[in-house]
Amino acid sequence: MSATTEYYVPAQSRLPILASIALFLMAFGAGGMLNESSYGGITLLVGALAMIAVVYTWFGKVIEESHQGLYSAQMDRSFRWGMSWFIFSEVMFFAAFFGTLFYVRTFAVPWLGGEGDKGVSNMLWEGFTAQWPLMETPGDKFSGPEGIISPWALPLVNTVLLVTSSFTLTFAHKALVHGGTRENVIKWMWVTVALGVVFLFCQGYEYYEAYTHYGLTLQSGIYGATFFMLTGFHGAHVTLGTIMMIIITLRLMKGHFTADNHFGFEATAWYWHFVDVVWIGLFIFVYVF
Amino acid sequence: MSTADITAEHHDDHHDHGPAKGLSRWFFTTNHKDIGSMYLWFSLAMFLVGGSMALVIRAELFQPGLQLVEPGFFNQMTTMHGLIMVFGAVMPAFVGLANWMVPMMIGAPDMALPRMNNWSFWILPFAFGMLLLTLFMDGGAPNFGWTFYAPLSTTYAPDSVTFFIFAVHMMGVSSIMGAINIVATILNMRAPGMTLMKMPLFVWTWLITAYLLIAVMPVLAGVVTMMLMDIHFGTSFFDAAGGGDPVLFQHVFWFFGHPEVYIMILPAFGIVSAIIPTFARKQLFGYASMVYATASIAFLSFIVWAHHMFTVGMPLAGELFFMFATMLIAVPTGVKVFNWIATMWRGSMTFETPMLFALAFVILFTIGGLSGLMLAIAPADFQYHDTYFVVAHFHYVLVPGAIFSIMAAVYYWLPKWTGHQLNEGAGKFHFWMSFIGVNITFFPMHFIGLAGMPRRIPDYALQFADFNAIASVGAFIFGLSQLIFVWNVIQNIRSGKKAEAKCWEGAEGLEWSVPSPAPYHTFTTPPQIEGAK
Repeated sequence: MSATTEYYVPAQSRLPILASIALFLMAFGAGGMLNESSYGGITLLVGALAMIAVVYTWFGKVIEESHQGLYSAQMDRSFRWGMSWFIFSEVMFFAAFFGTLFYVRTFAVPWLGGEGDKGVSNMLWEGFTAQWPLMETPGDKFSGPEGIISPWALPLVNTVLLVTSSFTLTFAHKALVHGGTRENVIKWMWVTVALGVVFLFCQGYEYYEAYTHYGLTLQSGIYGATFFMLTGFHGAHVTLGTIMMIIITLRLMKGHFTADNHFGFEATAWYWHFVDVVWIGLFIFVYVF
Repeated sequence: MSTADITAEHHDDHHDHGPAKGLSRWFFTTNHKDIGSMYLWFSLAMFLVGGSMALVIRAELFQPGLQLVEPGFFNQMTTMHGLIMVFGAVMPAFVGLANWMVPMMIGAPDMALPRMNNWSFWILPFAFGMLLLTLFMDGGAPNFGWTFYAPLSTTYAPDSVTFFIFAVHMMGVSSIMGAINIVATILNMRAPGMTLMKMPLFVWTWLITAYLLIAVMPVLAGVVTMMLMDIHFGTSFFDAAGGGDPVLFQHVFWFFGHPEVYIMILPAFGIVSAIIPTFARKQLFGYASMVYATASIAFLSFIVWAHHMFTVGMPLAGELFFMFATMLIAVPTGVKVFNWIATMWRGSMTFETPMLFALAFVILFTIGGLSGLMLAIAPADFQYHDTYFVVAHFHYVLVPGAIFSIMAAVYYWLPKWTGHQLNEGAGKFHFWMSFIGVNITFFPMHFIGLAGMPRRIPDYALQFADFNAIASVGAFIFGLSQLIFVWNVIQNIRSGKKAEAKCWEGAEGLEWSVPSPAPYHTFTTPPQIEGAK
């Protein structure tokens, strides 16, 4: 960090209001698209492109200010608090879906099967037997999957990939902090990115198999719904994490980040470890048990 | 209440730029005071919009039968009134107050992340613009109540529900970013010597509120996402035919919803804890216990959510657990109420407008708290559930609770913001009209609720007619008296006697050490703080 002691309060900026307009266009466009209106798709596209442009400019501005030495050590701590609490909010987002999974498995499905205080709900669909994974849905409106993904094939490979990537990322971090060569840092970063990309490829193939071979879809009752929501949001986070790591690696190649000034690097690393931990939760509670 | 002695005063005189000219000041600003003002104006606008909807409701309910609006539109009004008041009026007002006051109270130059601060604000007008737009869409606006229970909000919802979902997502993004900013500011931007236990209670309550926001807004995002998936992508989260459960919606919603209730009241506790010591001219009684009580309330808010759903059919163990956990909340809340009373005990009390609102808060919020205790009793709740008694309960904690505290805060700090002394006559007139109006509106609702009138209906049985008529009259008194407030605030901005830096005799805290109006930038170099709170 620079020697600045005064806290840097940036001057006026057009970025926030542009970001708000972009977010509005995305939301309004997505709403229109889902309601099959003619303007939906194009509005969403314009909004998304605008958002990418704003985010790119915004991060560019922050990096520039950092290089100008405008940020004090206190500013660095603000960023760290910000990122930590953002990750906490992400934890709570996943908690909503994990909570849903646990509620459905522990209460809703057994009750539909006639168990416990609320077993009277078995009267809705008499003869329905509770099971998990839910292969037969209670009503005819949904049809259950014919098969499910075995944890000991691709998901196990994916677990190994992600856990390994957390290690390779830590090697890169250690090399950066403890005076390793920049080539070494960059090499470990590319290895981590590659592991993330292979994970995403495996996950994509698993979805393809689920849809084509097992009839396991979003529509196949609550098992499919929880399966795809949890793994899908996780996959989206891995995608974002991989993009973040690619950017960080490119910045490393441009000579950014030093042993004592690398918040962007660390934030990305925290995010990646968080995504890794979520996966372990998924592997245990969605795939294995 | 924080008596911080300032040894070295560094008011901003060397900093170069003041506010920019014209509209660009507001669109592009990074200044916590500008952003705070925008939040407060936005909140006032939403308060008037949501209030007008309430008046449509009360006008229709003035007498039995259907007179003014279609039942469908009536449902849209109840839904939009709730959503706008919760997310558009109360929450942004508290964020606005935090923006204005927290940096000044802890001796910080600004919020920790000023550009993100402006983004948090500017999302809101777009989110609420989209929400209000649903009123003009085919099929009408959301009509399923502000709690949007599935399947009313999924299988049977109007098409506009999709826009409602995305509007909620936008509000969530705004709230989470705003809360992260406040936490980072409080944890990282305090002036040297401003230890955690010296912070004014308003800062403490906001720190805990921000934590609650970061913890539960993502859960709200999760539940509306599940709705979106059920509506458009064929999942069965809330459909028992696929193994899901509509009750699951209520669990996830109220896991967000109950902490949300405290998000709307904890900052109010902080405000009242600042105002009562000022006008009692005594230190706040039991500062540390206030902090611990706030933290306890926040903790308990995570384990009481199902008291909103006693009648939905939970296992007995669930009913009992949530009943007793809910009753526990009365303990830390009681600590607070008694502390405020003990603060006033043998104080040199005067009754300026902010104090009147703060006192009304203590009394009327306690009424709302006690009816909450009645509702917490599971077997009794089977009678009260979804009646006007519930409406009376939460309006007592939200209107003379949250809203009165916001009014109190505005009157208390307005001289600091505008540099002009209050018009006490207009302020007191506003207070008494509001106080009378609010009680005429909501007190009779207890009686009709206990007698069995259900909430969210446009028509009712004849025996409820008298109290409904009274409530409607009260609502118009309360609603119209808010125009006095609007007039008073605008007058205060435009003119008035010059206010001193410390315009209240008994006020303590860093914000009173800077001139009134507060300079555009305060504490660009941190003040030194000594002494105890």
